[in-house]
Amino acid sequence: MTYAAGVDVGSTQTKAVIIDEDLQIVGRALVSTGSNVTVAAETAYEMALQQGNIHEEEEGVGFIVGTGYGRYKVTFGDAQTTEISCHGRGAVHMFPGTRTVVDMGGQDTKAIKVSPTGEILDFFMNDKCAAGTGRFLGAAAMALDLPLDQLGPTALLSSRPVKITTTCTVFADGEILSLIGKGKKVEDVLLGVHHSVVSRSIGLLSRVGIEREVTFTGGVACNVGMVSVLNQELGFEVNVSDDSHYMGAVGAALFAMDRIVAGRSPARRTEVRV
Amino acid sequence: MSSTSQLIQDAPVDKRGTSIVGRGNKEGNRLFREWYGELTSAPERKEHSAYVFVMGSLAEILRSFDIHTIFPEINGLQQAVRHVADDYIGQAEDYGFSADVCGYVKADVGLQLRGGDHPMGKIPPPSLAVYTNACNTYVKWAEIWERMYHVPTFTMDIPGSRAAGRLTWPGHVDFENDRKYVAGQINELIKLCEQVTGRRFDIDKLRETMAHTNTMSRKWKRLIELNKSTPAVYNAVTDGTVFLGMMNGYRGRPEGAKYFTDLVEEMEYKAANGIGTPFEEKYRLAFVGVPCYPIFRRFSEMFTEWGGSFVGSSYLWFASGGANLGYEYDLEHPLESLAEGLLVTVRDSMDSMFYSDKNLIEMIEPYGIDGIVYHPIKSCRTVSTGLADNRRAVMEATDVATLFVESDHMDKRVVSEAQLKNRVDAFFEGLATRRQRLTSTGAPTGRA
Repeated sequence: MTYAAGVDVGSTQTKAVIIDEDLQIVGRALVSTGSNVTVAAETAYEMALQQGNIHEEEEGVGFIVGTGYGRYKVTFGDAQTTEISCHGRGAVHMFPGTRTVVDMGGQDTKAIKVSPTGEILDFFMNDKCAAGTGRFLGAAAMALDLPLDQLGPTALLSSRPVKITTTCTVFADGEILSLIGKGKKVEDVLLGVHHSVVSRSIGLLSRVGIEREVTFTGGVACNVGMVSVLNQELGFEVNVSDDSHYMGAVGAALFAMDRIVAGRSPARRTEVRV
Repeated sequence: MSSTSQLIQDAPVDKRGTSIVGRGNKEGNRLFREWYGELTSAPERKEHSAYVFVMGSLAEILRSFDIHTIFPEINGLQQAVRHVADDYIGQAEDYGFSADVCGYVKADVGLQLRGGDHPMGKIPPPSLAVYTNACNTYVKWAEIWERMYHVPTFTMDIPGSRAAGRLTWPGHVDFENDRKYVAGQINELIKLCEQVTGRRFDIDKLRETMAHTNTMSRKWKRLIELNKSTPAVYNAVTDGTVFLGMMNGYRGRPEGAKYFTDLVEEMEYKAANGIGTPFEEKYRLAFVGVPCYPIFRRFSEMFTEWGGSFVGSSYLWFASGGANLGYEYDLEHPLESLAEGLLVTVRDSMDSMFYSDKNLIEMIEPYGIDGIVYHPIKSCRTVSTGLADNRRAVMEATDVATLFVESDHMDKRVVSEAQLKNRVDAFFEGLATRRQRLTSTGAPTGRA
């Protein structure tokens, strides 16, 4: 059995995915990126191998593609592909009816228009501003002293979102605390935060044109509140995979498997440096 | 030795023994430095200088009075590519100019506050300022000089297109009325120049300068056409910046006419012998907007690393003051023709900024365009605002791939190299996939 790997080095988290020849995910791992990007990539890769019970010395991974901002730091990789292409490819693989992808990560939000084969037709990203990204939610979590995984469920307890006027992630906590101080309920404020983030992504999606099906990828897709608000704003349900967080790495692994199939795999690797 | 290297080695040499291949950039750089030397020493010779802009510099009138033309846009570009613009911009912001103001303006304010100290020399203060309404910022910019130097500022109001795509031409009543309006203003400018210089207007000298401009315009149009060749004979963004410097700085001068005559000779030789730029050409691109000067070399490399070659640029249209039309003045009727030429070329400059979709669609096939790169800049909301729907119009009318990346032409604080590279890389990944798909279906895949 031949395997392919994708390693997605993001600003906050690094993800690695191993797939087999049947394009099934056999191993996955997620670590904090931290300050040493190469070590994070190697650690995530090694953990994914372990999870898949793949022994590099015996079976080997035929090709590794790095993606994300830190893709050139995946020094043990064989090629680099942008996360725009990887998310598009991964989303179409998971949901073949995908024509639009919205990827929301730690500091990036992308709207990607794809063809039925995952070819990128157009894309837009947030520019030099983290509003409308996971960072905004992270700021809210810190301000309210809530774990990230509680944001969505807490927000969904509300039916009366409070409008958040600030668009700046840095100043968001000030507004949130001010609203709480005025007696607004936490869940109402949080739902307002979710609406604020979604409205930015709707703006990006509109620029590429919203064509169904829409697939939601990236770490923020794990937030049930965000999925709910996005569905509400779009007027239909978006696709969300259990592996949404790993979608970039999945796409990278698929590109890696393409290279193996095309016969361009490098010599087998026998050592992984951690 | 490759056949291309052999062709370059065997290229004709000029009277000075310089190979004509590469001569354009070498000569352009040399003449550019000389020009700044002239400007620096102008006060010693008690010569007058006018601050002007690239879209309608009125260089012919000014040169007929031996008034130097100084372009703050070109000064700003040089500050940015030499990585010192931040200091000047910072000084202007400390002085009170907002972060929202155009980076060119602030770099110039910083320059004025420093008494004209510039990396290329010392920029003399103006005796007058002349500008058109092609850019709305020009108006407020000139007011700054008016306040700083108490010099006359002359507004040449050039009527633009009445509506998208509806142009009028000589013979039409609107055009004739506009021409008379411009002609009247030219007469006023001549009177102003007489007052400033104390010299009488010399119409024969005006004819001379206009004749040189005619040569330059004719050659500029030919130069733009020559990049239909495969491979492209110059990079419209990087080499284009050198050519623009010469087109504006030497407009109406014999050196300018010679430069462009020689340049076209070089490019025709390259086109005839299949000699392109030093980089591999895999994808032929058009550029829309003003380049990213703060990281100019790196910005260019982001494209050339992928084999991207800019064969055309809207900057060569509007920043040449509409010289791409190849309009030539009628020297028998210089003043009437100058009015007509200004009306046609400055109007075209404005259209090149706001209605470039039509030109872009028309150039796709003859230039073999694989993709169009739109580069809106933070400094200029006037132009950048329209690029989004301009791009949409092109995408609806054609199947060409497009990229929309925003940064700035001057302010490094709003230039993110990592973000730019990510988007550029994704664009080329898309182009590669598109080409693979077209290859597998037997469809044409472009010329490169």
